[in-house]
Amino acid sequence: MALDPVILSRIQFAFVISFHIIFPAFTIGLAAWLATIEGARLFTGNTLYRRVFDFWLKVFAVSFGMGVVTGIVMAFQFGTNWSVLAAKTGSIQGPLLGYEGFTAFLLEATFFGVMLLGRERVSPRFYFFACCMVSLGTMFSSFWILANNSWMQVPLGHTIVEGKIIPADWQQIVLGPVMMVRWPHMLLAAFLTTGMCVAASGAWYTLRDVHRDEGRVMLHWGLALVALIIPVQLYFGHLTGLYVLKHQPAKFAAIEARWENEQPASEVLLAIPDEASERNLFAITVPKLGSMIASGNWTAAEVGLESFPKEDRPPVVIPFFGFRIMVGMGLVMLAVSWFGNLLRWRGTLETKRWFLWGTFLSFPSGFVAVLTGWFTAEVGRQPWVVYGLLRTKDAVTPSLTTGDVAFSLAGYMVVYAVVYSFGLHYIYCLLRDGPGADAKPGSGVTGATGKRPLAFAGHPDTATGGSRRQEP
Amino acid sequence: MSELQASDLALFWAGVIALAIMVYVILDGFDLGVGILFGSTADEAKRVSMMNTIAPFWDGNETWLVIVGAGLFATFPTVYAVFLSAFYIPVLLLLFGLIFRGVAFEFRYRSQRMRWLWDWGFFIGSVVVAFVQGAAVGAMMRGIRVADGQYVGGSFDWLHPFAVLTGVGLVFGYALLGAGWLVLKSDGALRDWAYTRIGWLVAIVFVIIAAAFATVLSVDTGALAQGHLADRAWGWVFPLLGVAALMSAAWAARARRDALPFACTALFFVAAFLTLGVMFWPYMVPYALTVANAAAPDVSLRFLFYGGVVVLPVVAIYTIGVYWVFRGKVRGGYG
Repeated sequence: MALDPVILSRIQFAFVISFHIIFPAFTIGLAAWLATIEGARLFTGNTLYRRVFDFWLKVFAVSFGMGVVTGIVMAFQFGTNWSVLAAKTGSIQGPLLGYEGFTAFLLEATFFGVMLLGRERVSPRFYFFACCMVSLGTMFSSFWILANNSWMQVPLGHTIVEGKIIPADWQQIVLGPVMMVRWPHMLLAAFLTTGMCVAASGAWYTLRDVHRDEGRVMLHWGLALVALIIPVQLYFGHLTGLYVLKHQPAKFAAIEARWENEQPASEVLLAIPDEASERNLFAITVPKLGSMIASGNWTAAEVGLESFPKEDRPPVVIPFFGFRIMVGMGLVMLAVSWFGNLLRWRGTLETKRWFLWGTFLSFPSGFVAVLTGWFTAEVGRQPWVVYGLLRTKDAVTPSLTTGDVAFSLAGYMVVYAVVYSFGLHYIYCLLRDGPGADAKPGSGVTGATGKRPLAFAGHPDTATGGSRRQEP
Repeated sequence: MSELQASDLALFWAGVIALAIMVYVILDGFDLGVGILFGSTADEAKRVSMMNTIAPFWDGNETWLVIVGAGLFATFPTVYAVFLSAFYIPVLLLLFGLIFRGVAFEFRYRSQRMRWLWDWGFFIGSVVVAFVQGAAVGAMMRGIRVADGQYVGGSFDWLHPFAVLTGVGLVFGYALLGAGWLVLKSDGALRDWAYTRIGWLVAIVFVIIAAAFATVLSVDTGALAQGHLADRAWGWVFPLLGVAALMSAAWAARARRDALPFACTALFFVAAFLTLGVMFWPYMVPYALTVANAAAPDVSLRFLFYGGVVVLPVVAIYTIGVYWVFRGKVRGGYG
């Protein structure tokens, strides 16, 4: 594969958006978790929930801040590297992404500040209301992102005038049938991501025999929430698969590594797809199952990649493995959460150390599922950037040189390496030290505002209790 | 270019974006300026006080840049596409500078060993952001090469000596704004220190403006010839206002009137911005794309309008609220 501005720009976009999406996914889930636990505190009066809340609020502030920093980069990517896309579809994508920005601005300027700094200044009920509004705000933020991406996957409600793709019917653009499946799929993924992190943190404290009360709340609530959400997510995942089958049959064939048309179609469980020879090496297949999964009966005909001209086929390896890793992570969450609830029921959840280790180690499962799911969706849409309307190779900024993009990509990698290592180290310190290390969040920090959440989490000298020095 | 008439909605959004740029330049200008001045002292007490004067504001100030970026994409997608293509490298440096500044701001207090790195990051980041913004203005004055709604120049077209001059000019211009801010928000040694810098900075900005004028009148006549300042005689009121404002800033510093140097410098920036407006109008990307032919269709502008009339006033009220809450001199420090 020759390194030209198109492939380098694609790598760059994948790089910056992957390192961005981690934080919104985490914060959407955290906002919902905070609203849940604050609600529990309000209705039970249990102050333990307050300690858990105060702790996760700090994590939320830092990851929200990191999301904003990495999000600013995204606001410019479309113009710098995909200027033809920006110019041709800007009158549709621009307003959708603009509304995302509006939602975020509104949130930062209002309830987010109340949530961070207003605990002592508003009534408990209003504080809970602010938490719910922040959660709702993060969900609406993702609404616009998913509306935009869903339009790129299955464009509807537009007309083409003088080569530009312009809106004709906003309702169709924003609320297409695909959106109504993909938005919940993303929201549930965010909830699961955070749920696994909450449960894993609880397991970590329990294993280390610190913060036992708070750890118990996190472990039990985390596993219970994941156990409830995961079946719903599997169902929405199935619905998402059906939209792919209906609207993007080539992507579906790539995910299935189905090269030839088959009737009945077998299901490839695992294989090494070889794009050069258009076949699978070492395939493990189940006869007829492919027809059942796609069409709901054992005899249906399913299309393979051979039905599409070569220039209209997506790459196979990334969608194939991306999809399987995503599903695998879903099954890990299912196993951990359901087995964990069984142990809970039998009263041995906190004494089975091997299970606590398993829960702790599965903390990244949600992040991995979110990333691989998006890889499947985005790579599977290729060679189109707007499906059926605009090819990715035609969307790149024409004036770019390979040197420009190589320079910018290297720059992003260096800058993100620095920023990320400090941001993650900071979140790690917060999580490691756990609740109660800092008496009062935001204490001594009066310069924090809704627009400056990183300041809120406090100095690590206080937040981490100086314990860094004790590390070997 | 066709003599298209801009719709009311297009004019509304062009006005919103122009206002957002203006607000951004003044607000982020002073905190970038403080970052630039930050590098001109090694005194830790001064540095901490300087950081404290901008701590509650700098993050929110950058919101206005995102409003400009997102607003352009939504309402003038062609301008967004052309501008960001033409300034690929400067925009990259701008983002890196802003990120490093922001991270330096938050991590400086958290690490003794790495503080030198964050201090340099804060200073260099501020200088780079100011420079590329100034250079972009200079490159815009010389015109952007566009064909079929896409940028057709090279990656380094912007790096012309004239643009380097305007870039350096904006570094000192922002430093002046920052010095005015420090005088406004501090007292004692830091205020005295900032006062002594204002006179020098006014002098340097004057010299750079004079050099820029000399350049466009002698060796680089193409730059101004395309502008409309020559055939809009009334427009000369703005550069004259700018010169008066700049001189007043120096006078106010000598008279030790704490609020005036910042106000005069801000007025100078408004005047400079309006001067550019007179030169460019009706072009958004000089001299290729006008408001009328770069605007998204009204159906898009109207769709965004309903959100904009709700959100933008809230952001404005929030901004005013934060400045009100943190008004007055910084004494204890905000952290």
